[in-house]
Amino acid sequence: MSARESPASPTSEALAQVEKGHLDRRVLGLSRPTWPFVLALAVAMAILPFCFNNTYYITVLIFIGINTITAVGLNLLMGYAGQVSLGHAAFVGLGAYTSAILSTKLGLPLWATIPAAVALTSLIAYLVGMPTLRLQGHYLAMATLGFGIIAYIVFKQWDLVTSGTSGIVDVPPLSPFGRTYAETPRLFDLQTYYIVWAAACLLLVLSANIVDSRVGRAFRAVHGSEVAASTLGVNVSGFKIQVFVLSAAYAALAGCLYAHYVKFVNPEPFRFTFSIELVVMVVIGGMASVWGAVVGAGTITILSELLRSVGDYDVIAFGVILMVIMTFMPQGLTRAASDLLQAILRGRRNR
Amino acid sequence: MDLASQLLQYLFAGITAGSIYAIIALGFTVVYNCTEVINFAQGEFVMLGAMVAAWSIITLHLPLPIAFLLAVAVTSVVGIGLGCVVIPPLKRASVVTLIIITIGGSILFRGLAMLILGQDALPMPQFSEGSVMVANAVIMPQSLWILGVGLACVVLLRLFYDKTMVGRAMRATACSKEGALTVGININRMVVISFALAGAIGAVAGVIVAPISLASFDMGTMLGLKGFCAAIFGGLGNFGGGILAGLMLGIIESFGAGYISSQYKDAIAFVLLLGILFFRPQGVLSGRKRE
Repeated sequence: MSARESPASPTSEALAQVEKGHLDRRVLGLSRPTWPFVLALAVAMAILPFCFNNTYYITVLIFIGINTITAVGLNLLMGYAGQVSLGHAAFVGLGAYTSAILSTKLGLPLWATIPAAVALTSLIAYLVGMPTLRLQGHYLAMATLGFGIIAYIVFKQWDLVTSGTSGIVDVPPLSPFGRTYAETPRLFDLQTYYIVWAAACLLLVLSANIVDSRVGRAFRAVHGSEVAASTLGVNVSGFKIQVFVLSAAYAALAGCLYAHYVKFVNPEPFRFTFSIELVVMVVIGGMASVWGAVVGAGTITILSELLRSVGDYDVIAFGVILMVIMTFMPQGLTRAASDLLQAILRGRRNR
Repeated sequence: MDLASQLLQYLFAGITAGSIYAIIALGFTVVYNCTEVINFAQGEFVMLGAMVAAWSIITLHLPLPIAFLLAVAVTSVVGIGLGCVVIPPLKRASVVTLIIITIGGSILFRGLAMLILGQDALPMPQFSEGSVMVANAVIMPQSLWILGVGLACVVLLRLFYDKTMVGRAMRATACSKEGALTVGININRMVVISFALAGAIGAVAGVIVAPISLASFDMGTMLGLKGFCAAIFGGLGNFGGGILAGLMLGIIESFGAGYISSQYKDAIAFVLLLGILFFRPQGVLSGRKRE
């Protein structure tokens, strides 16, 4: 027996059985052959900026990348741990504010502020999640909802630290190559673009690997049936807390990237509505498919840019899309598309 | 103003706000008992009631009682619509899916209200003029209206559940779906009725609060979330608990704003929510554990 096979403990074998018996393998969607997809995405994203001359498109692509990072984390939480967070905007905000405050008020370098922001956000997520995730049911949704609103109010009212509604200005930009916006706006945007998408691709690989690992199988077992998973020795609440903290860390990183790209942080982007938008991204992309996060973040970011011209009425479209998708294809667009593809392929084979 | 009358003033303000939270909590409870769905559109029902009433008084010059009835009717119809959307996925979908559907509904209603009734906050006349003084503290007559109408809501709901056939059928559904089915109750009809009832209750809360808060398309989110906090404090699904918790929440919030910090007034309800979830998830006022 080779070294690689030996850790197959009775538990993991049993889990594999559970997975085969009760859980649909296609839950993984497109993530099984990870590398070709990541490579394709990375190449596409590397070439894409050279297809447009307009910096506006690059800005939109940067926002898609930032939202993808948050959505991937939230996707792990919603799709694999079966919990919904209605306050993820708060974690994005915490990341953005922490890094912005540390770098502007204390003058710390970004390589120190970003990890500090991610660490602080993870700690706070642990403190919020730990008491509620021990319980059955959807208490996490309620706790995150409450936490999200408290965080928004604190961002807005704690003038001394967060500068209140006027926000923090002059946040240092992400410029490892010494380019600043004033000199070369296009190069500055490009370097942020590559940093954001490199981070997004790395996190996608990491997430796809987590999903395919033993931990990921445990996640899916928990999602399928908490009772079955715990009888097989899965520490259900432990896993839920881990994935919740991980998703908050992703959100914090996205927040840092946002703060240092926009160079300005104010409370408005981190309202309750942004939390809902993040949930919409995951739902549209498809829960339990890490690739769905890219689709969802892309769809919603582009949609809200397109609908910006009609003013605030984009929310109507969001509402309808959310209800229609949840009613008719609760597995999301990615799953619907892959089902359709499989149906077509099967049809061709039968013919 | 001396301390006693200041205390009294805060108490009156708290009871007024608390009555509104209590009525909204009733709306959550009606739907939760029948479907186990947390209806995140409840706050938008409140907004719709307020907006429709204020709009019809301003543009159609309808008298108040008719505007009141119109608001309740329109919102109930919207509630029926949401109920119909929720029924098909109710049997198979997970709780997360259902929560997201009601969130989608709330986004849609807010957008439609903004589109049709406008983005501006609409004023709404007080139900009656004048003011009442009690020991140097002023009571707005609107506060008395809120208390009175809230009380009437509770009594009517009680009568509906105890005396009418439909109300009893709804209680049976809340106890056991299978049991209700075996005695021939149409569950889908009960779900639709519960959403209609939640719409009507929400609209009542909206119409009576509008003279104090103005009616605007974005008023529903915060009111709905606070009513939701009250429903949780009372133990989800517990009518009496929800009412008491709503009143308590209003009073705590009023004193907190007065003596601790008015800036963080809106945070108080949610800090309490976190505290309750951490230490007593079955609700403060509920003896039994529901989940």
